[in-house]
Amino acid sequence: MKNKLSRLTIPYVIWMALFVVAPIIMVVIYAFSSADGGFTLSNFAKMGTYAVVFTRSFKLALIATAICLLIGYPVSYIMSKEGPRFQRIAMVLIMLPMWMNFLLRTYSWMSILENNGLLNQLFQKIGLIALYNNVFGTDLQFFRMINTQGAVVLGMVYNYLPFMILPIYSVIVKLDNSLIEAARDLGANSVNVFRRVILPLSLPGVLSGITMVFVPSVSTFAISKMLGGGTELLLGDLIEQQFLGGAYNPQLGAAISLVMMIIVVVCMWVMNRFGEGEEQAVMM
Amino acid sequence: MSKNNSFLNRLFMVLVFVFLYAPIFLLIIFSFNAGKSNVVWQGFSLEWYGKLLNNRLIMQSVYTTLLVSLLATVIATIAGTFAAIGFFAMRRKVREPLLTVNNIPMMNADIVTGVSLCLLFVAFFNCWGSFAAWFNSLGLFRLPTRLTMGFGTLLIAHITFNIPYVILSVGPKLRQMDKNLVDAAMDLGCTWMQAFWKVILPEIKPGIVSGALTAFTMSIDDFVISYFTAGSSASTLAMTIYGMTKKRVSPEINAISTLLFVTVLILLAIINIREARQERLRQTRLS
Repeated sequence: MKNKLSRLTIPYVIWMALFVVAPIIMVVIYAFSSADGGFTLSNFAKMGTYAVVFTRSFKLALIATAICLLIGYPVSYIMSKEGPRFQRIAMVLIMLPMWMNFLLRTYSWMSILENNGLLNQLFQKIGLIALYNNVFGTDLQFFRMINTQGAVVLGMVYNYLPFMILPIYSVIVKLDNSLIEAARDLGANSVNVFRRVILPLSLPGVLSGITMVFVPSVSTFAISKMLGGGTELLLGDLIEQQFLGGAYNPQLGAAISLVMMIIVVVCMWVMNRFGEGEEQAVMM
Repeated sequence: MSKNNSFLNRLFMVLVFVFLYAPIFLLIIFSFNAGKSNVVWQGFSLEWYGKLLNNRLIMQSVYTTLLVSLLATVIATIAGTFAAIGFFAMRRKVREPLLTVNNIPMMNADIVTGVSLCLLFVAFFNCWGSFAAWFNSLGLFRLPTRLTMGFGTLLIAHITFNIPYVILSVGPKLRQMDKNLVDAAMDLGCTWMQAFWKVILPEIKPGIVSGALTAFTMSIDDFVISYFTAGSSASTLAMTIYGMTKKRVSPEINAISTLLFVTVLILLAIINIREARQERLRQTRLS
C-alpha cells in the first residue's frame, strides 16, 4: 500500500520541477549571461554601485523585524493568558486584515501620513505642531511623515505584524503548563520562569516569525513606492525596475535576485542553526 | 498558562488592535464620503458605491482576483492533499529532499518567485514561437505563434505558491493518523481507493480545510507574484490599485475595500460560530 500511495506525488514532483526548480535555474542562467546571451560576470560587478540600496534594504527590514518582535511577542504572550473565547476572537481579528489586500491597507496609510493628512490635521487640532514650533523655534506647517524611511518601516510593521504574532502565539499556547509550575515550585520567580522556561521554549516560534517578517520586508517594493515616494529605493524596487520598469535589464535583475536569495538563505540557515543549539540546550 | 492579565497588558492589546484596524476603519468611513477627499469629511453619500458598480476596470479586476483565487485554491487543495499523502507514504530518504524543494516557494521572497516564473514563461513563449512556426510550416493545423502572459500564467503561479501551504497543513494530520487504520481497512477488504475515501480523508479533513483557507488567503493577499506573472492582459485588484497610486486613487477603492471587508467579516463570523457550536456539541456529548 505504501508504494502505491507514494505514486500520488508524481504529478506534483513534475509540477515542482517545472515551476519551482526550472524558474530558479532560469534566474541563475540569466544572472550569469550578458544581453546577447554569452557568459559574463559583469552583472555581479555592476552590483557594487547598488551597495547603498542593499544596506538600506537590510537596515529597514531589520528595524521593522525588531519592532514586530517587540510588539508581537508581548501580544502573543498576553493573548495566551486569556480565556479560549477571547483567544479565538483575537486570532480572527489578527487574521482579518490579511484578507484585505495589503495594497489597500498601505493605501490607507498614505492618506493618514500625508502632509495635509489625517494625522497632521489631528496634530494641528490638538496644538502639537504649534507647541513644537514654540519649543524648537521652527516654522512648520506639518510634520513630514510620508516619503520618509520611517513611513516605509511603519508600512512594513503594519503589514507583517500578523506574521510575527501567529507563529509565536501558536508555540506559546501549546506550552506545557506543568513546566511553568515546576519551575515555580523549584523557586524561580516570574522573571526567571520567563527567561529560563517560556522564552527558550517559544524560540522556534520566534525564529519562524522573524523569517516570515524579514523576508517580505527586505524584498518589498510596493510599500516603499507608496509610503517612501520612490525616493527610498529598496532592493525590491531595484529588481522591479530591471524587469518591468524603465531600466530594462533582466540579466542584472536576475543577478540581484540571486544575491538577495543567497543572503537570505544564509541568514536563515545561520539563525536556525543557532536556534537548534538553543533548543537542544533546553532539552538537556 | 495561568490566567492573570493586568490592566496595562489589556491596554497594550487594545492599542495594537487600534493600530491594526484604524487604517481599515478610515477606508470604510471615507467610502461614505460625499467628496473625493480621503481626508476631509464632506457629508454622507453612497455615490462611490454607485460609481464602483459602473467602473469596469475595478469590477473586472475584482472578478479576476476572485476567479484566480478560487480556482487556484481548489486545484491546489486537491493536488496538495494527494501530494501530502504521497509524501507521507514515501521513504524518509526520498521525502526529505523533495520537501525541501516544496518549501522553496514559501521561504523565497515573493519577488524572487515572481521574477523567476516571469523569466520561465518568457523563455517558454520564445521557444514556443519557433516551435509553432515550424509546426505551422508542416501544414497540419495552425498553432498560435504568439503566446503572452495572462490569466493562464497567473493561475499557474498562484497554484505553485498555494500547494506548499496545503501540504504544510495536511502533513501533520497525516502523521497524527493511526497508520494501523489504513492497514486494518485493507485487511478487511477495502481497495486502496476505498481506504482513501473512507479512512484517510475523514481523518485529515480539518487539515485540508485549514490548508484551503490558507491558500485562499495567500491568493487574495498576493500582489507581487501576480504583478510579475499576469502580463498586461489580466489584472488583479491589487495590480489595479497599484496602477492607480501612481496617479490619483479614485474613491471607489474605498467602497470596494469596505465591501471586501464586510464580506470577509461575515464569512469568518459564520465559520467561527459554526466551529464554536460544534465544539459545544462535542462537549455536551462527552459529558
